[in-house]
Amino acid sequence: MKPARRPLEPVKEWLIERFIWLCGVSAVLFVFGIFLFVFREGSSFLWHGFKAGEFFTSIEWYPTSRIHVRYGALALITGTFSVSLLAMIIAVPFGMGTAIFISEFCPPRLKEILKITIELLAAIPSVVWGFIGLTLMNSLLLRLFDAPLGLNMLNGAIILALMSVPIIVSIGEDALKAVPDSYREAALALGCTRWQMVLRVLLPAARNGLLAAVLLGIGRAVGETMAVLMATGHSIRIPHSVLEPVRTLTATIAAELGEAPVHSEHYQVLFIIGILLFTITFAINLGADLIVRGIRRKS
Amino acid sequence: MNLGVFESAFQSACSAAPAVPRPFRHAASRADREGAARPVLAVLALLLLALLFAGCLRGRSSGAAGQGDKTDIQNTGSDTMVNLAQAWAEAYGGINPGVSVEVSGGGSGTGIASLINGTADIANCSRQMTAAEKAQAKANTGKDPVEHLVGYDALAVFVHPDNPLREISLEQLAEIYGEKGGVTHWSDLGVVMPDPKRDEIIVVSRQSNSGTYEYFREAVLGKKRDFRLGTIDMHGSKDVVELVARTPGAIGYSGMGYATSRVCMLHIAQKNGGTAYAPTVQNTQKGSYPIARPLFMYTLGEPQGAILAYLQWIHSPEGQSLVVQTGYVSLAAASGAAAPGIAAPGAASATAAPGAATAPGAEAPGAEAAATASRAATAPAAAAEAHQP
Repeated sequence: MKPARRPLEPVKEWLIERFIWLCGVSAVLFVFGIFLFVFREGSSFLWHGFKAGEFFTSIEWYPTSRIHVRYGALALITGTFSVSLLAMIIAVPFGMGTAIFISEFCPPRLKEILKITIELLAAIPSVVWGFIGLTLMNSLLLRLFDAPLGLNMLNGAIILALMSVPIIVSIGEDALKAVPDSYREAALALGCTRWQMVLRVLLPAARNGLLAAVLLGIGRAVGETMAVLMATGHSIRIPHSVLEPVRTLTATIAAELGEAPVHSEHYQVLFIIGILLFTITFAINLGADLIVRGIRRKS
Repeated sequence: MNLGVFESAFQSACSAAPAVPRPFRHAASRADREGAARPVLAVLALLLLALLFAGCLRGRSSGAAGQGDKTDIQNTGSDTMVNLAQAWAEAYGGINPGVSVEVSGGGSGTGIASLINGTADIANCSRQMTAAEKAQAKANTGKDPVEHLVGYDALAVFVHPDNPLREISLEQLAEIYGEKGGVTHWSDLGVVMPDPKRDEIIVVSRQSNSGTYEYFREAVLGKKRDFRLGTIDMHGSKDVVELVARTPGAIGYSGMGYATSRVCMLHIAQKNGGTAYAPTVQNTQKGSYPIARPLFMYTLGEPQGAILAYLQWIHSPEGQSLVVQTGYVSLAAASGAAAPGIAAPGAASATAAPGAATAPGAEAPGAEAAATASRAATAPAAAAEAHQP
């Protein structure tokens, strides 16, 4: 029997449906809104007076100089990419190993504990990571590597690696889990050892998902701000070794935007850095998304 | 304040909430659908609650600007002065519980920006406001910012305690910190580090928009030189001290009040081979310490009411004693016995009616020239040089 409908029911339902629709669409609106805002704030200087040549080829970043203001961001771009690259060199093998262990070799109870702990790792606020970099890692690197300065690229990269490992592990594990069990059974039936099965069958089969995991990890590393601001030493230079301090694009915005007079050249250049960052992370996320789509079509 | 609107909206949201469980009496499918609607309603109710709360807060602060039970003074600005401003605010809370002074840092630039926006009553500044900033404040609020000298700060230059270096000249500092400077290793200065691997100088500086950064650039590098690239730019005076304390090859600078026993403060000479002076109160008073600067508080227009009383108290011997306790140089000490300091009459007539010739009141339009003159006379020579380019 159909229950009796109250008179206001259709209106209420319509309202709720609209509200949920709005929630869904708002994500798109926010992304475009943010891009437009960032672009608008930086645009007037971008078209008039911005020297792209200097921005991309000079390391001389003197936004508040009294005598000769220069906006060369090469050192900042190198800083962002070198720290992210080093972070990935540390995080990818570590994250992949964890993902393979959790998905293939781990007893069920330990698996649950590991998954919860790794998710907890992802929940640590970045400023706490930065704090660890500033104090604990700082002293540790001074002692272990005999570095002249504890706040350096390696410090920032280790912190970033620890921050992106949870992403790599959880997405990587999903990708491995998505490989049909029949592949595993077939491999074992042919007399493979478990390691051979993982290396020759599972990894090639889950290739796309694992690549997406790595790309999202890179996205996290490129966009991270507070931890790198505190741990990398915040120094404008092209690093020649991993024990030298660097400065990233994100940290520069965080450190300088607060006190740059609104709509000044300096303020607008910081927004141009924002546009650059937006473009980089957009490209990375788009790449990851296309790769994941590739998997879905196959399976 | 349209609090009534929020309140009635909130009540209606609340009265709607008990209606939600009703569908559970009906068929299961129906209950599921209604159950899905519950979180939505809860979110809406929360949103309204938040709005109501925001409304309350707004109401409170706008009331405080007038004649509330408790008066709030918003005090923001220089990181160099934040410890001092905090000490003043706490002590003043004990003396005058009706007034609460809320202090925040962020840098001189942040303080000035808040003053221009009208979100701060008093801006702490370790440098003078520029003409452009004053014009912007005037254009934005219709009032001229008024300057109040409240103390002096001597910048300390420090190294790790393992470093045998104990004194340095401004010229040597300029070669360490300046763009294209010639000194990159401690051995360039003739310093033999106990650990030869620490010979490279780790140059620690501040982020490029801090007041301390600007003052150090002006006092050490001059007006025509920038910092070298590759300095470690820390985001606060405390971080500079902390990093130098942990890094044997480092050199850094910050306000004298931030130096701890874990770093070694250098004596500073004006010229190579000249006499080096320790960063002490006495040397700043005498004007022999080369890098000292005045500290200011800015208000929009002549201060009145609670803000005037607070500034008068800051200029009193009690307020100035806190300047000394937090590691800065006080006005009374700086003016010495010879010059009639502005702090003394301020203290004597602290209870006088607003507009009397008290310390901040002395800067009333008519007496402005006289006040400026007396301020210049009371400042130690080095500090006067620093803030009167």
